[in-house]
Order: sequence, then structure tokens, then C-alpha cells
Amino acid sequence: MDGLLPELDVIRKDFPILERTFDNGQPLVYLDSANTSQKPQVVIDTMVDHLERHNANISRAMHQLGAESTEAFEGARDKVATFIGAPDRDEVIFTKNATESLNLVANTLAWATGDLAVGEGDEVVITEMEHHSNIVPWQLLTQRKGATLRWFGLTEDGRLDLSNLDELINERTKVVSLTWVSNMLGTINPITQIARRAHEVGAIVVVDASQAVPQLPVDVAASGADLLAFTGHKVVGPTGIGVLWGKRAVLDQLPPFHGGGEMIETVRMDISTYAGIPHKFEAGTPPIIEAIGLGAAVDYLGHIGMEAVHAHEQAITGYALEGLATVPGLKVLGPLEARERGGAISFEVEGVHPHDIAQVLDSRGIAVRAGHHCAKPAHARFGVQSSTRMSSYLYTTPSEIDALVEGLEYTRSYFKLG
Amino acid sequence: MSNELDALYQEIILDHYKHPHHQGLREPFEAEVHHVNPTCGDEVTLRVHVDDGVVTDVSYDAVGCSISQASTSVMADLVIGKPVAEAMGIHQEFLTLMQGKGTVVPDEDVLEDGIAFAGVAKFPARVKCALLSWMAWKDATTQAVPSDATASKEI
Ligand SMILES: Cc1ncc(COP(=O)(O)O)c(C=O)c1O
Repeated sequence: MDGLLPELDVIRKDFPILERTFDNGQPLVYLDSANTSQKPQVVIDTMVDHLERHNANISRAMHQLGAESTEAFEGARDKVATFIGAPDRDEVIFTKNATESLNLVANTLAWATGDLAVGEGDEVVITEMEHHSNIVPWQLLTQRKGATLRWFGLTEDGRLDLSNLDELINERTKVVSLTWVSNMLGTINPITQIARRAHEVGAIVVVDASQAVPQLPVDVAASGADLLAFTGHKVVGPTGIGVLWGKRAVLDQLPPFHGGGEMIETVRMDISTYAGIPHKFEAGTPPIIEAIGLGAAVDYLGHIGMEAVHAHEQAITGYALEGLATVPGLKVLGPLEARERGGAISFEVEGVHPHDIAQVLDSRGIAVRAGHHCAKPAHARFGVQSSTRMSSYLYTTPSEIDALVEGLEYTRSYFKLG
Repeated sequence: MSNELDALYQEIILDHYKHPHHQGLREPFEAEVHHVNPTCGDEVTLRVHVDDGVVTDVSYDAVGCSISQASTSVMADLVIGKPVAEAMGIHQEFLTLMQGKGTVVPDEDVLEDGIAFAGVAKFPARVKCALLSWMAWKDATTQAVPSDATASKEI
């Protein structure tokens, strides 16, 4: 099969959990990487090593360990900056996850004055395929500020309906926030094209890259985004760490998010002045070990090469789309061509509910997700309550896809669907 | 692996799933509720008609998995025609079974087809599915009758 990572066996050995078997002897077939990815040994070891040998708080400890810890933490920032092509390492802000990154932006925009301020009569534009974490913060912002929330609809084949692009993004638009790759439909959105229109009318562009950074070579500077969020645990890093990248000019204009230690320049009882970016947005002791783990994770992916990871994902996705098409009564939600999509494939099987599918697959060691995948509006758009989602990653093999397809056949027979 | 599945998907459950009883929304009713399982998005709209202290009708429109659909059907079978207090007692019995992590032996005299759900209690992720409509029924019934009429006061 063209496009597969050449040393797939070696890569799989990097992920200890892939050796896991269950009580009944079934090996794990992990097809839930869009939910969270598995972690390579190097990430685990880096975190353990830091805890065992270098642990100290950062920036405020004037001792050897403090210096080592600070260096490792700031080194992780450098690694992330390089990985996403950030022109300036200080534009990389560590958060808890993508959700916090997006909320940071929506909240500080609510408090912003000047050009970025969002107020009555202003419009914020999102899309119908967003994860809840890129919907709710904007509902809160627009409700609080008396602004209007608008959104791109979706076409039947699961793409953004751009037919009204110029009307939807207009002089009243202050913010356009959208996902780069859909976690449900798998669609890759033309963010650069949309950003161009947004910039024409002076709006800022926020990109939810939670599913893009794990799968595509990302160059934030070329993407068209002004602000971009992603989450560590989906890029083979640990949970508890997320990233907000933003152009310095935008980040400098936004007011602080949380107040506390680390984000200040000086504090008096009546007033404080704030540190510059990134520290302005990193109040309190950050998730140090997690950030260092994320640094190791993006190094790992960078070493394999995101072009190669992307090619692998496309090959596996294409193979999966072919395999799924052989299952009677199965309908894929989203684009049917691997070339234009990421590695998450949501589907329905006529006559069996997603929960029941996931349960039967689980009994065969196959892990998928069932439900609305935090994208209820996108499900509603296609008139479905929930779906089953398989999602692959750089460690997924064609034989795991075969196991899924067989598992689905078995599910159909288990539920006596002819 | 099939054994483990068969413990969950008892024949009775699959029968109720394929042929649910008392389905549809009917009049008259004193209370209508809408409950959602936020993790998977399964939903039920459920109406209760109470006449002279007796659960005279339970009607519903539900979308969900086999476990939640079958549970709704079995629940309607069990409570329709029962005095409210007795039906609340059955509700409590089912709740205890579901929360028992597989250690509770169900009483067939009380739960009838509901005993088929004993296996579900061993699958923590599915307990919510089985309870969705039972919780909706209790909510609706509490609304449908003055509070002192619901004799048993469990969670
Ligand atoms: C597209 C998208 N956005 C945002 C998120 C939220 O990520 P997190 O829960 O780590 O904040 C996810 C992951 O669930 C996602 O897939």
C-alpha cells in the first residue's frame, strides 16, 4: 500500500500500550486516536526523567534544579514553536488544553478595548461542524456583548458551504473561528481562503487546529490564522497541556486572562503591570511536566516528519473508506475521498445503534468512539443522533482496519441483520 | 467474548428493542418530560397519565441504543396499571439492580422482564442507557401527582 510509514513495525514498538491484550486474549486495536492519541516511550520517559531528576518549580527557584526545570520547560516552548512554524517562540502560550486556549481567546476578546473589542452590532462567525469547545465560548461572548453569532452551514457531502462567504463575513464581522480539520466529518477546511476574506474586512481569524496539528504539516504563519489552538494529548503528548499560538501583534493587544503569579511585571496593592507574552497568559505554576512531555512528543513527530505522517493517515483512511464501503447498510458521514479528509471517519450502520456497535467491537478489543463526538450540531445537520467513529494515527495498520471491518460484519450478524 | 456480550444482550432485551411496547406519544397526560444522556446524546420524550393514583399510561418517543430502548419498553410494561407508590417501588428496585455493579440478584416477581438487565449493571458505561427512561418516568410522575402522593422517597 502506497503512503504507509516505511517502518510501521518499529513505530508501533515505540508505543508500549499497543502491546496490550485483554482478559480474553484479544489484542488492542486502537481506533480512537482523534479522541486521544497513544504515547510513545520517549514521551513517557522524558516525563518520568524530569520527575525523577530535575523536578522544581520554574522561573522562581534560584537553584540548580530550578534552572534545569525552567530550561526544560522553555525548551519545550522552542520545540513547539519550531514544530508549528511560529515566527517567534514567545507567541507560543501553554494552556491546559484546546478548550482553555479557545476560552482564553473568547474571554479576553470580551474584555478587549480598541480594535479587537466585540460589541453590539458586531458579528462572530463560526461553522456548523465545530467541536462544542469552539461553539460555546463564542455563544457566551456574543451573548455577553450583545453581538451576533453566525455560522457557515454544511453541504450534503460534509464540507463548508462557502456559497455565501462574502455575505457571511462582512464589515460587521469581528472574529471568524473555525476548525481546520473536523473531528467528526474528517473534512479539511480551506482555512487560508476563509482567512483571506476575513482579513479583507478586518476580522481576526481563530483556528481550532486540534485535529490538524496531529495530522498535517502545520505552518501557522502561512495558515492565515491570527490565533490557533491545539491540544497536547492528540499529538502523542500527555493530557493537561494545550497550546495557543497567536501573532504577537494580536496577543499584545489582548488583556490578560487569569491574574496571578508569573503573569506580572510588578504588583502594588492598588494596581499591577503585566509581563509580556507568553507569560502574560500563563498565570500560576504551569503544567511543567506536561509541557516537557509535549516537547518530547512534537520532537518525536518532527523526527518522523509530518509529511510522512499525513501520507500514512491518507493511505489508512483511503483503505478504511474502501473497507467500510463493503459493509452493508453502512453510511459514512463526510467526504468520501481520503485526499480531502483527515483520519476520523464517522459512520452509521442501519439497524444498529452506535453504542451497540462500539460495545460489540469492544468485546473484540477494538476501541472506537460512539456518540456525538462533542459535535451535536453537525450530527443534527445530517439528521442523526449519534454515530460511530473510527480514527487512525501514525501507528495504525491496514490489518487493524481489516479487524474493524470484520468486527462490523460480526456486529451485523450479532444483531441479526441479514 | 460472545459470552460476555450475551450477558449484556439478553434475548429479552433484543426482543423489546425490536418490538417496543407502548411506544408513541398519547393523550391524555398530566406531565411530559424530555431527558437526554449528555454523553451519547440519546433522548426520550415521555408522558405520564395518572388517574386516581394509578399510572394509567406511559407514552414515549425515544431515540437510543438497544439497552435504552428495551429498558423504556420494559419500564412502561412494569408501571402501567400500577398505583403510583407501587410503581415508585419498582423504580427503586430497578435502580438498586442497576447500581449494584452486578452483585444484586433481581427479584423476578417485581421486575419481570426487567431482570434481563442484571447483566447491564456490569457495564458501567451502559447503566446510564438503561436508566434514562426510568429517570424520565420518575420525573414526569412526580410532576403529575401532588408530592405527598409519591409515597416512597428515594433518590
Ligand atoms: C476539533 C476539536 N476541537 C477541540 C477539542 C477539545 O480538545 P480538549 O478537550 O483537549 O480541550 C477537540 C478534542 O476533543 C477537537 O477534536
